Amino acid sequence: MFSDVEFLSRLQFAFTIMFHYIFPPFSIGVGLLLVIFESKYVITRKKVYENITRFWIKIFAANFSVGVASGIVMEFEFGTNWAQYSRFVGDVFGSPLAAEGIFAFFLESGFLAILLFGWNRVKPGVHLFSTIMVALGSMMSAFWIVVANSWQQTPVAYELVEFNGHMRAVITDFWGMVFNPSAMVRFGHVLVGAFIQGSFLVISVSAYYLLKNKYVDFARKSFSIALFIATIASISQLFLGHEHGKVVAEYQPAKLAAYEGLYETQTNAPLYIIGYTDPETKSTYGIKIPGMLSFLVHGDTNAEVTGLNAIPEKDWPPAAMVFQSYHIMVALGMFFIALTLFSWFLYFRNKLFSSRIMLRIFMFSVALPVIANQLGWVSAERGRQPWIVTGLLRTSEGLSKSVTAEEVIISLILFILVYILLFFVWLYVLDKEIKHGPTDENSPEAGYQSEEDFAETISKF
Amino acid sequence: MDFNVIWYIIVGVLLMGYAILDGFDLGVGALHLFSKGDHNRRILLNSIGPVWDGNEVWLITAGGALFAAFPEVYATAFSGFYLPFMLLLIALIFRAVSIEFRSKEENKRWRKGWDIGFSVGSIIAAMLFGIAIGNIIIGMQLNSERIYSGSFLDLITPYTLLTGVFNVVMFAMHGAIYLTIKTKGELQTQVKKWAYRAYTLFVILFIPLTGLTLLQKPEMIANFSFGNVELPGAKHELILDHQFAISIFAWLVVVLNILSIMNIPRMLSKEKYIGAFISSACTIGALIMLFALGIFPNMIISSIDPANNLDIYNGSSSNYTLRTMFFVAIWGMPFVIGYTTLIYWTYRGKTELNDSSY
Ligand code: HDD
Ligand code: HEM
Ligand code: HEM
Repeated sequence: MFSDVEFLSRLQFAFTIMFHYIFPPFSIGVGLLLVIFESKYVITRKKVYENITRFWIKIFAANFSVGVASGIVMEFEFGTNWAQYSRFVGDVFGSPLAAEGIFAFFLESGFLAILLFGWNRVKPGVHLFSTIMVALGSMMSAFWIVVANSWQQTPVAYELVEFNGHMRAVITDFWGMVFNPSAMVRFGHVLVGAFIQGSFLVISVSAYYLLKNKYVDFARKSFSIALFIATIASISQLFLGHEHGKVVAEYQPAKLAAYEGLYETQTNAPLYIIGYTDPETKSTYGIKIPGMLSFLVHGDTNAEVTGLNAIPEKDWPPAAMVFQSYHIMVALGMFFIALTLFSWFLYFRNKLFSSRIMLRIFMFSVALPVIANQLGWVSAERGRQPWIVTGLLRTSEGLSKSVTAEEVIISLILFILVYILLFFVWLYVLDKEIKHGPTDENSPEAGYQSEEDFAETISKF
Repeated sequence: MDFNVIWYIIVGVLLMGYAILDGFDLGVGALHLFSKGDHNRRILLNSIGPVWDGNEVWLITAGGALFAAFPEVYATAFSGFYLPFMLLLIALIFRAVSIEFRSKEENKRWRKGWDIGFSVGSIIAAMLFGIAIGNIIIGMQLNSERIYSGSFLDLITPYTLLTGVFNVVMFAMHGAIYLTIKTKGELQTQVKKWAYRAYTLFVILFIPLTGLTLLQKPEMIANFSFGNVELPGAKHELILDHQFAISIFAWLVVVLNILSIMNIPRMLSKEKYIGAFISSACTIGALIMLFALGIFPNMIISSIDPANNLDIYNGSSSNYTLRTMFFVAIWGMPFVIGYTTLIYWTYRGKTELNDSSY
């Protein structure tokens, strides 16, 4: 196992991407909330909204920097570990990646500087504008990377051409590639998943303050706004997920069959609420709703759903694992809907903020959307196996030829050590910021950069 | 001029932007441990605080552009440089998070740890960029599949180590000059001293390095030579058709390079720090242009057989993609320049510490 470049490269890719994917959803989700908090501040000019905004900017910054640091790794890993894959898809896949840099990262990094350091330097309206731009930038970066990933899930608008003695996919229609069949549903689902993750973080921290009876006004206001977002997002996620599932059924039937442990093509196909599947014996056990899968996919309980028997066994995804990752994600999605709706019920009876149990549940729930997001990707990516580009290129064919197992072991160990360190430092810093809480005292006004200062600089030139 | 040439230029411009912009903040990082006292170190960090992320995006975009326009080059270079590249990534990670995390604790040991992470990360990153450039100049062992067939140790030679050190010194000089703009008083006197020292070291290394390069790779000046020096492998028809104009242009870049190097101490002594900074930016830009002119139309040179070279044709994407992406880039460039200007404008002037500083 540890002398197998393929295994090691997959492990390293999975580890680094899953680590990276802890952070962007927080940035996207908290970014959206920052826009709301700060708009409220700019409109009402209430001190409490200033405190809320400035507090969450600090958390955002700590999160963002780890997101950036781990993102750079991702950008280059295609070349380092998946060189043959890069040769195969470069013509198609490189474009969204380049577009991400040009359109999203520049926008984000430019306005981030004002978001983080500009509070006393620019007018409040300009600062709000920067916050909006940063939030928009992070969504745009999600868009382009999701487009790239979606193309390798559902490749269209390409032709296969021989080049330098190997095959490669070449774009025939740029916009066709961008709006490939799974791109928009996946983007919607990813974005909303990020909103859930971000709003649960805000809720969790607010619940902690309420439990400690600290910064009560601050915490209640943040809590309510975040809960509102979390509710809408959780409900939308069900419908988006459903649409997403239909696209999977149409374009990646093997994946859908693996999600539900469906070995025989059948009408009236069942949906499992909970269970497990064993590809060895080709059987699935658990609590099921007969006909429900047929209904969800085709709107008719008697419709036919493709089973794994229609696919050669060597092209099966690892069903036992994706069955679980998929079902846990869906179960968590249902739980978020129930939890948020129940909270509103309590809220309108004025019981939410006094219920210590609910507050405690919310305090610990912050980990759940992270898990749901991670498992969603595990389902999508493992469910695509053994293909790295569905139907066109196998994962084993995408490796770098010049990289040895020893080299990957070295880099993998380095990443594991560094990421563990980073993760704990990140937790520590977050913990410290949260315990420290929002500061109320008037911050020393640094004031605008004086014109004279600038004139002086210019005159030296 | 076809789209392959245009993309060669675009990738070159992105790398140039990266080297000039991130060059100074890597340089500030390399010098960081020389500064004494928490206050001074914070000034240093905050002088690049608002801009370093934007600077690094030039690298990310250059990577993305290379992937889109020259996937074969992207694949061969990054898998060929596997371990150095992984080290580079780790160095960049430490640099990025050190800036953010350092200020989160008053504790001396905490701050010292992140100071080291920041500084060592910057030095290693600068060194590895230099080593990479050195390898591309000297040629890599590309086999007939145009895949790197050497080992890690083949990448580390005295020559490439020298280019690595040279790059660290050049960035340190650039960073120190940047700091002269951003600081005042005693600290400014100090960074000015660093700027002079780094400059001296830079000149001391520059001369033998240029000599050594021409000695080992005389074909680096083939495109400058009015047709007198032959490349192993074919010259690009653009060069053949415009032998004279391109050679003149190349020599103009050489002159620009020398003038800007000489201008640096002149500007420093007149306390025209922005002028000094522009000169060192021009120095870096000119060096990259010389390098690009030197290897054109190749992108990675094979030391085994010139037939294995990766050039702007056998390394590129399809014409359709090059054309589409060209329009994407044209659309994007004004925005990129706009955002970059915006940050530098907002944070112009001396660095001051306030409550949102690191
Ligand atoms: C908070 C996050 C979250 C939540 C609550 C859900 N998902 Fe999800 N899901 C994701 C976050 C996510 C994701 C991280 O965004 C994924 C991973 C890859 C992707 O395309 O989106 C994903 C993938 C994903 C896929 C796989 C797509 C593919 O293989 O290409 C399907 C079919 C669903 N989801 C369906 C659902 C359903 C029916 C849910 C029920 C409520 C649900 N998801 C909740
Ligand atoms: C393999 C795939 C991925 C690559 C190559 C990649 C690349 C990167 C890079 C290079 C950065 C740093 C940008 C900077 O310096 O500002 C970054 C950060 C970011 N990425 Fe990723 N990324 C990947 C996966 C994802 C996914 C799936 C999403 C969202 C759905 C995402 C969203 C973001 C966002 C929002 C940021 C901004 C930084 C942050 O919020 O933490 N990325 N990514
Ligand atoms: C864009 C180009 C991408 C490529 C080439 C790619 C390729 C791969 C490969 C080869 C693996 C290992 C598969 C396995 O071991 O079964 C993997 C796993 C994974 N990828 Fe992707 N991926 C890409 C994008 C993304 C993005 C954008 C995300 C989202 C953040 C993502 C999330 C994951 C996850 C969570 C795994 C772990 C699944 C597992 O358990 O193996 N990937 N990917």
